[in-house]
Amino acid sequence: MSNTQVLSRLRAALPASSVLTGEHAVRPFETDGLTAIRETPWVVVLPDTVAQVRAVLEICREHRVPVVTRGAGTGLSGGARPLKDGVLLTLTKMNRIKEVDLDACTATLEPGVTNLAISEAVRDHGLYYAPDPSSQLACSIGGNVAENSGGVHCLKYGLTVHNVIGLKVQTFEGDELVLGGKTLESPGLDLLAVMMGSEGMLGVVTEVTVKLLPLPVAKTVLLGAFDVLEDAGRAVGAIIAEGIIPAGLEMMDNPSIRAAEDFADAGYPREAAAILLCELDGTADEVDADAHRVQSVLESHGADVRVAKDAADQERLWKGRKAAFPAMGRLSPDYYCMDGTIPRAKLAEVLNGIGRLSEEFGLRVANVFHAGDGNLHPLILFDANLPGQLEQAEELGDRILRLCVEAGGTVTGEHGVGVEKLNTMCVQFNDEELNQFHALKAAFDPEGLMNPGKAIPTLARCSELGGMRVHQGRVPHPELERF
Amino acid sequence: MDEADRLQLAVSECRRTSSSIAIVGHGSKALLGPLAGVETLSTQNLSGIVDYRPEELVVTAWAGTSLDELTQVLAEKRQMLPFDPPRFDGAGTLGGALASGLSGPARPWRGSVRDAVLGVEIVNGRGERLRFGGSVMKNVAGYDVSRLMVGTRGTLGVILSASVRVLPVPPTEETLAVPCDAAEAGRLVRGWMRLPLPITGTCYFSNRLHLRLSGSSASVASARAELGFGEPGNVGLWASVRDHAHPFFADPDGPLTRLSLPRGSRFDREDALIEWGGCQAWSRNASIDCPEGSFATTFAPGQQPSTRPMADAATTKMTARLKRAFDPDGLFNPGVRG
Repeated sequence: MSNTQVLSRLRAALPASSVLTGEHAVRPFETDGLTAIRETPWVVVLPDTVAQVRAVLEICREHRVPVVTRGAGTGLSGGARPLKDGVLLTLTKMNRIKEVDLDACTATLEPGVTNLAISEAVRDHGLYYAPDPSSQLACSIGGNVAENSGGVHCLKYGLTVHNVIGLKVQTFEGDELVLGGKTLESPGLDLLAVMMGSEGMLGVVTEVTVKLLPLPVAKTVLLGAFDVLEDAGRAVGAIIAEGIIPAGLEMMDNPSIRAAEDFADAGYPREAAAILLCELDGTADEVDADAHRVQSVLESHGADVRVAKDAADQERLWKGRKAAFPAMGRLSPDYYCMDGTIPRAKLAEVLNGIGRLSEEFGLRVANVFHAGDGNLHPLILFDANLPGQLEQAEELGDRILRLCVEAGGTVTGEHGVGVEKLNTMCVQFNDEELNQFHALKAAFDPEGLMNPGKAIPTLARCSELGGMRVHQGRVPHPELERF
Repeated sequence: MDEADRLQLAVSECRRTSSSIAIVGHGSKALLGPLAGVETLSTQNLSGIVDYRPEELVVTAWAGTSLDELTQVLAEKRQMLPFDPPRFDGAGTLGGALASGLSGPARPWRGSVRDAVLGVEIVNGRGERLRFGGSVMKNVAGYDVSRLMVGTRGTLGVILSASVRVLPVPPTEETLAVPCDAAEAGRLVRGWMRLPLPITGTCYFSNRLHLRLSGSSASVASARAELGFGEPGNVGLWASVRDHAHPFFADPDGPLTRLSLPRGSRFDREDALIEWGGCQAWSRNASIDCPEGSFATTFAPGQQPSTRPMADAATTKMTARLKRAFDPDGLFNPGVRG
């Protein structure tokens, strides 16, 4: 391959300002939200149209250059790590809302539109887009598709896979796949489902159609404080068993509570072993009735309950939860965030296991938990300046993910595998299953040049290591709430 | 050796002898056309609930578990399958519900079959027993093979078991009816779809629009008051439409066409049964116009369903490749389009 030839073809196909080379220009693209993993890309391209995306893919196909597709770069597993001999295809310039169809309650978007921009564009019509990952101010809808992003309202409103109804995808071979759309059923295999969470391995998403929901009329937030962590876990099961599906249901353990309270002054009880935050939404009557039932369930499980007085108070209660991660930055120079999912019934068992591992490694761990859907984010606190601590934190992280798999869960609930969890994927899947994944990938990308080396480990090599750590607050977009 | 091992072994044996395989459960979905395989592999003896914890909102069951049994076990805990799959002639299995991908009357509000699927165990065409997904709501480890299996009609593999999400049964459910023509029904339904109303079903047929409301008694009552019509409808309507036991479906010999219509589109034919908030219509007219942006699937006895418009070349190519990726020797359900 002639590098010069590829570059000159890229420059001919795209405006000069859309092809970046040289260390200074490409430095901002060397990492995504997983800052421990960096690579300087050979060239960054920023196409503005589908035609330009197709042109880039054609050039890369003809010269056999690998391509990594990237959105806003808020991902947390290194899925958008560039390649030093590859093209980094960045889609943030393609950020137009192409259509809002009020009859269909859908919006059709370019991949670079940010998650929050969708809801903002349709709020005046009484509509919104439900999935709300905490990076929603910056993360793009194309990236949400790549990761099948969640948020804190998944239990009731689902993940990206439940809310994206149509895609246009450019394959490396030059085909355009038109998947799903405004109908509820589409003939043929459900390729739309396969694209969700496929981490840029199968094709480049150039158009996304999402479903919009009517804004709920009423909302309330309850805080339950528990002396015994297991009681909080049981209360979650009891709320669900009551037939209530909360819009949000979050749990924090004592170290998280203290850190969040110090940081955000949310009014959390500092001595509680655990708190539950429960958001209910729906019609006014429904919210009222459910709030009473939730309150009595929480109380019967030993909780002190506080109901938010008004919208400002609701905000305040959520503020602590949303600040849990930046708050860790005050407790420790670095933290490493894990992303397992476990059956809720196994919560106490897994948390006890994490506690034992924490002692064994001599590293503190704080836990925040999307209790409604079982997604657990243990935060390992460490100091990368102390020799060996990063490696120790990573090893502890691996052990925690193993615990999650052993409990019947998964190594990643919403952050993706990327490069970070390639080794723990080997814990969760056997060789035949991994081979089936590779065969699926080859159907979309026979040459294996789309985001090579990510998401699915090779059988031969399941040993890549990595870590999402936040060294003294130096992350891209440090102003964003994460998770 | 358990039943799942036996099925895995049977696939390996068929692979060795190059014998194609017809995968059947209860055989209740003649609607979808006949199966042709040298060997028949039945999941009927692969039955039973593997794990059900109501507070997790997940049930895991073997593929041959009858939908009747499954829905009964869930009902005892006041829970249900959100996708409410059809039980033609009262029969049907969980595996068949996944393989056919047919969803019931609440599809636009409670989601489709694939929306509820969290994990599967399958045997692929290489005779390998594989697990994908799991029993948790959030899981992005590996490609979403579990949801890919839905609606493939057995062409990618034999489903051995599945974990699906369940929902609480709403405390109150009411069916209301209003006399009107198709155009008026369409106008009403399009308006409702943009409001936060607890609707879980709409059905227009023969100058009557039926509406189902589900939720707490207070929210159902206030929705009824807001809508302003109170004529009680037939609560049995939803199951009869779902299972094709409704008089509209009475002619078993004639072709039946299903139209998948874009959300919010106008479709006001009097000779159709229109449900799903206007997104699905059934017609006895096999050559009924397929409006812009819609799909028409025609089911005729003894034949494979046909779809208009045809899939484009890129999708056809990808479909064939995925088939080979799972079933390289083309063993499963030959002639069936997934």
